[in-house]
Amino acid sequence: MIAPPSAQSPPSAPSPPQAELPAQAVERTTRLIRQHRGRADALIEVLHQVQELYGYLPPGALAQVARELKLPLSRVHGVASFYHLFRLEAPTAHRCAVCLGTACFVKGGGELAARIEQRLGLRLDDAAGNGTWALEHVSCLGACGQAPVLVVDGRLEPRLPMDDPEALDRRLSALGLTAGADAADAPGGAS
Amino acid sequence: MASPTPLQLRCCAASGCRSAGSEALQAALLAARDQLGGAAEAVTIKPVGCLRLCGRGPLVALDRSGGDGQEPSAGSTELYAELTPEQAPALLAAATGLGDELAAQRLDPAHPFFALQKAVVLEGCGVVNPESIDDALAHGSYAQLKRVLLECTPEQVRDQVKRSGLRGRGGAGYPTGLKWDTVALQPPGPRTVVCNADEGDPGAFMDRSVLESDPHRLIEGMAIAAYAVGADQGYVYVRAEYPLAIERLRLALKQARAKGLLGAGIAGSSFNLRLEVRVGAGAYVCGEETALLASIQGQRGTPRPRPPFPAQVGLWGAPTLINNVETLASIPVILREGGDWYAAIGTEGSKGTKVFALSGAVANTGLVEVPMGTSLRTVVQTIGGGVPGADGPNGGVKAVQTGGPSGGCIPAHLLDTPVDYESLRDLGSMMGSGGLVVMGETTSMPEVARHFMRFSVNESCGKCVPCRAGTVQLAQMLDRFVERRASLADLERLEALCRMVGATSLCGLGQAAPNPVLSTLRYFRQEYQAACREPGQCEPPDACLLQEVTP
Repeated sequence: MIAPPSAQSPPSAPSPPQAELPAQAVERTTRLIRQHRGRADALIEVLHQVQELYGYLPPGALAQVARELKLPLSRVHGVASFYHLFRLEAPTAHRCAVCLGTACFVKGGGELAARIEQRLGLRLDDAAGNGTWALEHVSCLGACGQAPVLVVDGRLEPRLPMDDPEALDRRLSALGLTAGADAADAPGGAS
Repeated sequence: MASPTPLQLRCCAASGCRSAGSEALQAALLAARDQLGGAAEAVTIKPVGCLRLCGRGPLVALDRSGGDGQEPSAGSTELYAELTPEQAPALLAAATGLGDELAAQRLDPAHPFFALQKAVVLEGCGVVNPESIDDALAHGSYAQLKRVLLECTPEQVRDQVKRSGLRGRGGAGYPTGLKWDTVALQPPGPRTVVCNADEGDPGAFMDRSVLESDPHRLIEGMAIAAYAVGADQGYVYVRAEYPLAIERLRLALKQARAKGLLGAGIAGSSFNLRLEVRVGAGAYVCGEETALLASIQGQRGTPRPRPPFPAQVGLWGAPTLINNVETLASIPVILREGGDWYAAIGTEGSKGTKVFALSGAVANTGLVEVPMGTSLRTVVQTIGGGVPGADGPNGGVKAVQTGGPSGGCIPAHLLDTPVDYESLRDLGSMMGSGGLVVMGETTSMPEVARHFMRFSVNESCGKCVPCRAGTVQLAQMLDRFVERRASLADLERLEALCRMVGATSLCGLGQAAPNPVLSTLRYFRQEYQAACREPGQCEPPDACLLQEVTP
């Protein structure tokens, strides 16, 4: 699911994409590919683990995976760009996902997304977000009994009170979903 | 068998209740038990899977003198809803008869939501500890696998499955026994079994619940299937959006291997089976079987034309049996009770029970297992309690969406339809995997259609043009209706394009993508017409008003 960003990589500004990869992470990647005995059919599993390492899939890591699994880079990039959960750009420090599955849609998921867009001053599914937060949509988390739901930094938040705007605002504030300047708990928040 | 425990608290630890705080509640219960001592010490506190009424979690069931939990109904069972960690001492007090502060949170076990359910696939769900193989074994898991390996030939197993009349629970409803035969009767060589746990339909969470609540049942069902078709390796393909299900399944596989229930020479027989989990990466199309196979092999999840079917040419070219979670989880019960027992439940064409995920604008949301042929009205109104705060003959229900983005919306006046494969298909919807999303009077149908079409646009893999380009065009046309700037010509174009995309797409995703539009056009055409700029042009004005819902 949506993993919280790893400790080593929350840049306040997007880092240059071609930056040197940390030697330790490169080594870890080699090790985990070896654990899969270099089998090409483990590509998706390897990409999951590499993404856990960096928080996303940097170009250098994709090249390394291609080399060590003995696959064309086009094949690795093709798979990485096909699946929704693989990120090719560095994530923001905090991330929120709003479920727009059918049950959440019926229970006001669309309005919830709009409310958060407004609060955080960003656009849904814009990976850059407001620099600190990014908001993405997911199609169903299977938590339909609790609709509408959010995932805030990897934590599932059930039953947002859509029929009570004040309670909703309190709940969103408690989750830290507050516009950049007064985000007290966001260390990399824009000033 | 474990020794009888007079008092037992079963705490729901499935992801629905967990998101509502069940972990903290269980920790508080354990702490309160230690602190209270005395009578409270005799209370067993056990994490279990889904207790069904997900909308009111965290849930805890209290069994009084129900023996070892084999049949909690044998004693008396109470169910408490919406508990907080602070209420842990009060719950223990209620258990030991020292207080009844929580009476308001006690649910009535005779309520239709519980009373009308028939647990077959879910019989262990909410009863066994999903993280303990010993508990699963104590409740009979793997008994059928061992029996089958010692006593039955693969033909006999397939025969029982054929007698049961079980049909694929993934949505299409292909007879399971027939599929098993097809795989088993391929020329000699390696075979593979695959469990499709890529439950992507929005509104569906049955498979997640089975994986999180009773993973050993699925493993047993898969092992029996592998034996019946002669496979020695298998994969469970789970969507990455289900982290808890993946964690519990991996743990269960590890435990089963350690007990010699997977691996080489299972239970002293000559049968070998290697099972692995493969995790998806967020692509709905991977629920389509050929796309799923591509994904297991580490490729982009794009479908390919059939035939050849995976039963003939599947993973790495070998015959491959692909079944859904619920299908495989039905197998151990079928073998225990016999195919005829199972076939006696349900209807002529659709045997057995079906698990539904009930959600949307309905009072009681959660997991529901009922015999096939139960009417939608029973499920939505009697079990689900209708739309909160609404009344009238249809309880405020405007439509029920079944089958996810491949299904359709069934209007309230057809709620008496029995739930089976054929009836739903005749109404222009489909069984699908089992998500039932209830829509209230305020839901706009063109918006619902657009919602699903946007989903299909997002999830189209791009391999074939009708789906890749057609869904985009359909979504744009639906925009015109939602924004009330459509013309009557648009209505015709919309229908024509729906038919074209349905007829010419490569796989089920594209073929079924127009279904939500077609079914809402069929039953709620007046809403599309009202969205036209000049609805007055409609000739004759009420020709399309199919039996409008009258209160």
